Amino acid sequence: MTTTEKPDTLRRILDHSSRADPYPLYAELRRTPVALQEDGSYVVSTYRELTDLLHNPHLSSDTRNLSHPTAGAEEQATPAFINLDPPAHDRLRRMAMRHFGPPHTPGLVTGLEPVLTTTVSGLIDGFAGKEQIDVVDDFAYPFPVNVICHLLGVPREDEPRFHVWVNDLINSIDYDPRTDPKEKLEKGMQARKDLREYLGGLLAERHGRPGDDLLSRLANDDGPDGRMTDEEIISTANLLLIAGHETTVNLITNGMLTLLRHPQVLQRLRDEPDLVVPLVEELLRYEPPVHIIPWRAAYSDITVADTVIPKGSRIMLMLASGNRDPDRFHDPDRFDPDRRDNQHLGFGSGIHLCFGGPMARRETHIALTELVRRLDRPRLVTDPPPYRRSPVLRGPVHLLIEQGAG
Amino acid sequence: MTSADNLQAFKRDGRIVVVGASLAGLRAAETLRDEGFAGSLTMIGDELGEPYDRPPLSKQVLTGWVPAGGTKLPRRREIDAEWLLGVPAGGLDLATNHVRLADGREVPFDRVLISTGVRARPWFVESEAALDGVFVVRTREHAEGLQRALAAGPSRVLVIGAGFTGSEIASICRERDIPVTVAELAPAPLVGALGAMIGEVAADMQRAHGVDLRCGVKVTRLEGDAQGRLRRAHFDDGTTIDADVAVVALGGIRNTEWLRGSGLAAGVWGIACDTGCRALDLNGLITDDIFVAGDVARCPNPIYEYRLISLEHWANAVEQAEVAAHNMVSGQADRWPHLTIPVFWSIQFGVNIKSVGVPTFADEVVVTQGSVPDRRFVAAYGYRGRVTAAVSFNSAKWLDHYRQLIETAAPFPPPCPTPDQPADSKPAPVDFPGPALLAQGATVVVTGHDPSERRVTAAYQHR
Ligand SMILES: Cc1cc2nc3c(=O)[nH]c(=O)nc-3n(C[C@H](O)[C@H](O)[C@H](O)COP(=O)(O)OP(=O)(O)OC[C@H]3O[C@@H](n4cnc5c(N)ncnc54)[C@H](O)[C@@H]3O)c2cc1C
Repeated sequence: MTTTEKPDTLRRILDHSSRADPYPLYAELRRTPVALQEDGSYVVSTYRELTDLLHNPHLSSDTRNLSHPTAGAEEQATPAFINLDPPAHDRLRRMAMRHFGPPHTPGLVTGLEPVLTTTVSGLIDGFAGKEQIDVVDDFAYPFPVNVICHLLGVPREDEPRFHVWVNDLINSIDYDPRTDPKEKLEKGMQARKDLREYLGGLLAERHGRPGDDLLSRLANDDGPDGRMTDEEIISTANLLLIAGHETTVNLITNGMLTLLRHPQVLQRLRDEPDLVVPLVEELLRYEPPVHIIPWRAAYSDITVADTVIPKGSRIMLMLASGNRDPDRFHDPDRFDPDRRDNQHLGFGSGIHLCFGGPMARRETHIALTELVRRLDRPRLVTDPPPYRRSPVLRGPVHLLIEQGAG
Repeated sequence: MTSADNLQAFKRDGRIVVVGASLAGLRAAETLRDEGFAGSLTMIGDELGEPYDRPPLSKQVLTGWVPAGGTKLPRRREIDAEWLLGVPAGGLDLATNHVRLADGREVPFDRVLISTGVRARPWFVESEAALDGVFVVRTREHAEGLQRALAAGPSRVLVIGAGFTGSEIASICRERDIPVTVAELAPAPLVGALGAMIGEVAADMQRAHGVDLRCGVKVTRLEGDAQGRLRRAHFDDGTTIDADVAVVALGGIRNTEWLRGSGLAAGVWGIACDTGCRALDLNGLITDDIFVAGDVARCPNPIYEYRLISLEHWANAVEQAEVAAHNMVSGQADRWPHLTIPVFWSIQFGVNIKSVGVPTFADEVVVTQGSVPDRRFVAAYGYRGRVTAAVSFNSAKWLDHYRQLIETAAPFPPPCPTPDQPADSKPAPVDFPGPALLAQGATVVVTGHDPSERRVTAAYQHR
């Protein structure tokens, strides 16, 4: 049973005016779990179908398996592992993971804890005397960026430079040929080049000088899979840098916004800081930082929910919609930090499950606990806040709050 | 009183007894309370101490990483039960609804859950089994003893039987740099569970890690010294090896002897039940108040032609316990069938092995993803043209997909290529050691001529 979803639901989701609340549109989309679009691609929006697909070995992450490559699709000589299939994906992810978590580096995330706490308190100290705080610019952005720079070994003072590159790059991913000037795409291409060159420069300094940061480790360490080539290291660092920039910022900002909209939960978190662990899980379900996996390719014909998706088709996975599927989650539109059965898709699932998930979790635990502990009667200035353009990496571009007696 | 009233009264004031206080027993008790059972709950167990987890006993406990006492099962909620520990149940009287303890006490019940599991099959010569240095691994005490023996730095360990437990122990020995010989009657390790093709992979893995693997041989005798310490083992090919530790890993024996004479369909193969975990009596009729869960249960599975299957898998014990507990406190119309696809995992030689489905229910096997030489692959099993199981080596994240193939009776071999598929993968016969095991000992005889007279009686002549 192949049905054509009326084309405007998806288009409305992608339209910026829906960014503040796309959830009713997701509900509309879920009426057709696997919806064929006019351009031949398929949109998948229900939990069951999404998880089936995310574990389906016939789903490819490699653009080379699309029969019609998408506009602006990355033509990279060495794609990062996020855009690769096994065995190349497995090998690169394994080599990166050696330095990023268990079993070889089990203490990485816990070892970062002092850096996380100091950064967070420093930023909150900076709120003193301010009437208005922008949760994004004053806190949620500088925090994870600081951490990822520290981790990779990227000098903090270079941040303003690659901030621009990352911005251009993300904008070019959102490129829409119907409305956007081509210049935007070209800016993105240039940014990608500049960023890679910049990372290449850093890497060149690291060869033969083993150190604690990830770049040095990748440059100097031989594991059972050998050593990454420079190109592979640059792709990996590039991926981590961008992922470390965008997603955690949104998770923290969405978190603060959600707490301000649920004052009882905010108060509970103040009274019982341990609540933060299930609360962040619920946040990852309720307001995930990554809403959509914008494309995957059908490597062979794939049957989902009685629909045959032909080989070579582009598939769009609406993760945030799956997170609100009433067939999977009881009362899904309710923010409930006490939810028990909470296998959300906030970090995806399957072999591409978010690599930085444990770190993002810890960052957000500390960020939200400290914000809630130290802010004095925080209030939203505008609700909804203005949103970033991207429907994929969704979050407020600014989140203004006031605190104190006001 | 209506049956709904009866059920309410039972949930309020009823008496439930759980025999076998380990994984399945504890999880069932927790579920009973979750489902609102407020009556009296009695846990009978022959082991002392709180219920603990067994999988770490052949893994983390033997490396010394986790102390044997540190494997206590997490409690998910208060169960407010009376615990009768350290005494085995000795009998079940269905006429008067009593469990009889070995010390003579009698415990009355309205409903009973049997979760007495299996015990390790001991070495077949008692005097040799009693030698210092000869071990089995099923309980915490066993694992503790073996861990101590390994820590003492034995000159060589002999593992008898290369199933999952034996292979895991061999792996630990190599991890601890202890010389180890593995003796297996089958042509390769894990063959009984996963067939000849995977068995070969497992054999390569053992040899690559320096295990002295001897297949197709039988250990005939364990020889001790004057002090009663193990010194040497003799094989049926006339060879011997010197070893000061031997681990007997020859599988388990189901704890059903205490049910002799109870009238239940209980024997060496376990206790037969329906998918709702209600025990069958000897005639194959379903009982109303007797439930079974875990390693001791033998449950039909519609996916596998409704055959009665017993599994010694952790997840199976948990799931059956939850279904059994639910059904114990639910009316007929609300009962659940236990229909989950079995899963099993093991860790050995640095490889995570995981399976879904029932690999022994297969005639062919094919590698569908990854690379066998890299020990990173998925193999699918098929029976008469449909997928019935899959096993993964270091690729467990794909298994949900295969579970779905099993559930939907997808065709075997799976027709569609995946990105990471060996070009030359062709289905091969699965080659299990043969049906001899299934034929072991007829344990009942049928009597009577008229349909109203036909009855089954137990025959305990086996073994
Ligand atoms: C060393 C080892 C490693 C394992 N590794 C894995 C693994 O990696 N993955 C996996 O899926 N599974 C594994 N398993 C299997 C898993 O542990 C079992 O499936 C699980 O323990 C079954 O739980 P159960 O409650 O049914 O039975 P059991 O755990 O056997 O519990 C039965 C209990 O009943 C008691 N009992 C017996 N008779 C009586 C009586 N007459 N009266 C009172 N009490 C009685 C027993 O002493 C025992 O305490 C492993 C098992 C062992 C032993």
